[in-house]
Amino acid sequence: MRPVTMEIGRGGEAWGGAPGVGGEPQFHVPPHFEARPGYRWALVATCCLLMQSGVSAQRPLGEWARQAQQRVVKIYGAGGARGLEGYQSGVLVSPDGHIATVWSYVLDVEPIVLLDDGRRFESSIVGFEPTLELAVLKIEAADLPYFPLDQSATVEWGDPVIAVSNLFNIATGNEPASVMQGMVAARSNLRARSGTFKTPYQGEVLVLDLVANNPGAAGGAVVDFRGRLVGMLGKELRDAETGVWLNYAVPAQTLRTPIGNIIAGRSTTLTPKSIVELPRSDAHNFQTLGLIMVPDILETTPAFIDHIAADSPAARAKLRPDDLILLLGTQRVDSQRGLRQLLRTIDRRDAVSLTIQRDTEILTVELRP
Amino acid sequence: MSITASDSRSPQSPSSVGRGPRVHCLWNLQVQLLIALVCGWGLCGSLPRGETAEPLTLDPRVAEVESQRIEAVARAMPSAVSVFVPGGAGGGSGVLISPAGFALTNFHVTSPAGTYMRCSTSDGNVYDAVLVGADPVGDLAMIRLLGRDDFPAAEWGDSLAAEVGDWCMVIGNPFLLAGNLQPTISYGILSGVGRYQYPSGTLLEYGDCLQTDAAVNPGNSGGPLYDAAGRLLGIVGRCSFEKRGRVNVGVGYAISAEQAQNFLGCLRSGRIVDHATLGATVTTDEIGGAVVSNILESSDAFRRGLRYGSEILEIDGRIVATANDVQKVLATMPSHWRIGLRYREQGETRDTLVRLSSVHGPDELLVKMAGAMPPPPPRPPAPGRPPGGEGDEGAPHPHADERATEEIPAFVAEQIVERKGYANYHFNLLEQQRFSDALRSQFPGNQPGDSPAWVITGETVEDSPQPVRLQVVAGQMAVQIGDRPLVAGSKSELYEAVAAQSVAGVLPALDAWRRMIANGPQKFGESYYFGTMPLAGQRPLRDCLVGIDGELEIRWLSHPESQLVEVIEVFADRDSDPAELWLMRDPADADRPQGFELRYGTETRWKVNIESWELVDPSALTPLVKEET
Repeated sequence: MRPVTMEIGRGGEAWGGAPGVGGEPQFHVPPHFEARPGYRWALVATCCLLMQSGVSAQRPLGEWARQAQQRVVKIYGAGGARGLEGYQSGVLVSPDGHIATVWSYVLDVEPIVLLDDGRRFESSIVGFEPTLELAVLKIEAADLPYFPLDQSATVEWGDPVIAVSNLFNIATGNEPASVMQGMVAARSNLRARSGTFKTPYQGEVLVLDLVANNPGAAGGAVVDFRGRLVGMLGKELRDAETGVWLNYAVPAQTLRTPIGNIIAGRSTTLTPKSIVELPRSDAHNFQTLGLIMVPDILETTPAFIDHIAADSPAARAKLRPDDLILLLGTQRVDSQRGLRQLLRTIDRRDAVSLTIQRDTEILTVELRP
Repeated sequence: MSITASDSRSPQSPSSVGRGPRVHCLWNLQVQLLIALVCGWGLCGSLPRGETAEPLTLDPRVAEVESQRIEAVARAMPSAVSVFVPGGAGGGSGVLISPAGFALTNFHVTSPAGTYMRCSTSDGNVYDAVLVGADPVGDLAMIRLLGRDDFPAAEWGDSLAAEVGDWCMVIGNPFLLAGNLQPTISYGILSGVGRYQYPSGTLLEYGDCLQTDAAVNPGNSGGPLYDAAGRLLGIVGRCSFEKRGRVNVGVGYAISAEQAQNFLGCLRSGRIVDHATLGATVTTDEIGGAVVSNILESSDAFRRGLRYGSEILEIDGRIVATANDVQKVLATMPSHWRIGLRYREQGETRDTLVRLSSVHGPDELLVKMAGAMPPPPPRPPAPGRPPGGEGDEGAPHPHADERATEEIPAFVAEQIVERKGYANYHFNLLEQQRFSDALRSQFPGNQPGDSPAWVITGETVEDSPQPVRLQVVAGQMAVQIGDRPLVAGSKSELYEAVAAQSVAGVLPALDAWRRMIANGPQKFGESYYFGTMPLAGQRPLRDCLVGIDGELEIRWLSHPESQLVEVIEVFADRDSDPAELWLMRDPADADRPQGFELRYGTETRWKVNIESWELVDPSALTPLVKEET
């Protein structure tokens, strides 16, 4: 049990005291609130109270919701066929237009991003983290409202949250994203249910008691009552055994470092670091590694393995048919052709590190010549 | 007290359910609910965990918020209605909006029922109800619950002022659970306002609707969405369902109270109401702004100067910045409304009035509706059935299985008149009667059947006023300005007066008025009560009666409170401006017009101060000589 009064008391100490303790509220607070910490405490306490009781004829969530909507974007990309929506959601994580979202087929083309203010941007993919199904996009814009990730924001079960996303692509044209309210039902580990949920992500999730994870909601924001990003909505997940759909978010804490690394260029990059191609006879290729890929029939045929040559580096690394190659070293493999080009930059005497997806697992293996 | 203990005491595994009787399972559920409730209070109260023996004390703020919610639910619930289609063909929800029993629901709830259904309210009573009017495009229908004149009506809220994050509640009959006649309440927030939802299928379009995360499920259709104070914000009717089956996934939509109120008058008319179009298409310009991309030359908007490339700035006082905005505002209006339009054309901002036309052709809507219509409605009672068979709703139905073929009670059938183009013509007849009674009871009214003749004298309002004499006598219509008489002896001359936009356009308006008073709507020609519409873009919405006299279509617009006629419009051609006779009244003596104006389009053609308006004996008049032209 987490009695409300305790919650308010804890809040009072944290926010009524010296600024900075426990982090300042991220949203704009009118000056007269700043000057009167007591008043601000009352505001937060009331907000908390209302959320905990779940009801109010008094104070709507308007400002809270509005601030969060301004930090959520609509993303349009590949897809559009039935069951494959060509849209998802994303959250602004820097004032310069960095957007965190989920890694999905929608990003198979450079996506279009629509901001809350109605502006439309072409975006580029900065990088992604396959184990988290996380991607970071960048648009050319400045002074945007955003969720800072440098403050630690944790939520526990029973904490009120709102989820903001463009689920079902309801927000037509310049309409703002949809807002839903509820609570964190649990913090739990997806790994505990390994095999029943088909996802490469095996870490901790916030289980939500609101029906947040609908088509197009992935990449949306879960925001605590102080306006901080506490999680990012994941893709739709269904328990393979029971057919139950999971409503969940990946905690912002889990995403913070990877997002920072991608933005700082310390992580997966999409453009090859070295574009120096070695002579064909000195570089790796599919044959040197023992990889037999699926027929390359598309411009961007996914880098699926069709067969493994016996007694090859690939065979020794226990690669299998149907493995999908995601990364070579830290560089993203966007297609079979892209992989071939990347291999041209590696000396065939060197080992090759591949990150692959096998069903829902993400594995990194080293292929030694 | 702990969750674990309760769990162990009440195993819910399939095996235990299979072993024990079903009642046992229910009891377990109740125990769990009780424990959950106690836990819930523990959450809200200030007691430390575990001390359940002490009386619970609530934080006063929690208590206040909770009591406000309880009050709001208590205020809202009586007006919520559960709709059941006789014969078990489904049902839905509705909401009472007048003490006389008029209620709103979805068209798709009433369409399987046809014209007769049964409704229950939270007081535990079941009422017979009839269909009144239908708006198949907006998915609205009006029904009337019968048997009382003191139904609890919902109070209207302001859906235009509603914001994302406002608390709200949905009350209704999800999954037709209200077998015990008690509605179900779900609570949530507004997830979006001003949503445009594309037409689903061929008809339904939700323009400017509200989106909520309060649970909306099949059976909630047609029911109310209330704000946190229990005021009516909208009519729930649509959900986003997808792969998870037809259950709530956190997204429900409600037709806004604003839109519903726009349609109330038209629904009350018993008609099948169509939606409005500007006669132009609009795109969103790259640098912002809603720009006309195509326009019909026959549209009123074209006559008022709107052209390809014009930027639309405001419609009906609402600012529009995108094509989406334009569609949203227009989707909330019935056809034939005349509303304000502000647009920019060649750098100049213009304010004007436009008449909206129908989205569908005359029979197109009926054809589409028939396509969407489920089975035929129950039949009217067989002749010879004794009246007075009503009032047995409280008793269990002796032959429940026969309900599928149940006949409509006689007193209900009295309120149903079928006619092409109408949901229920009975209500149009009522409104026609009311309107013509009001016409006869105001100046220059008369007894039914009498054929009045009027002579009106006055002078023009201009720098050098000229005397005016109007003669409104059957077959001898004349207007004389100074020494110059204009005589209209025939229908075609009256038609020509309007088509030519001449001052003689007052004559067909006055003649129609005279004939409507004398003959009433039933003998006037083809007449019908339209419903309500703004007067030249202005609220309150005016009552409107339409009469068709040969090639002329005449509309009377009267004030909803005083019921005094304010404008009579005469259309000679649907694609040209009507003659508008505006009656000028002195508030001190409003009954008798002090003057009139004749307008075409937005221009005043002629203005006259009235000195006398007398009833005359037609035979005593000297015939005027028709001026040769």
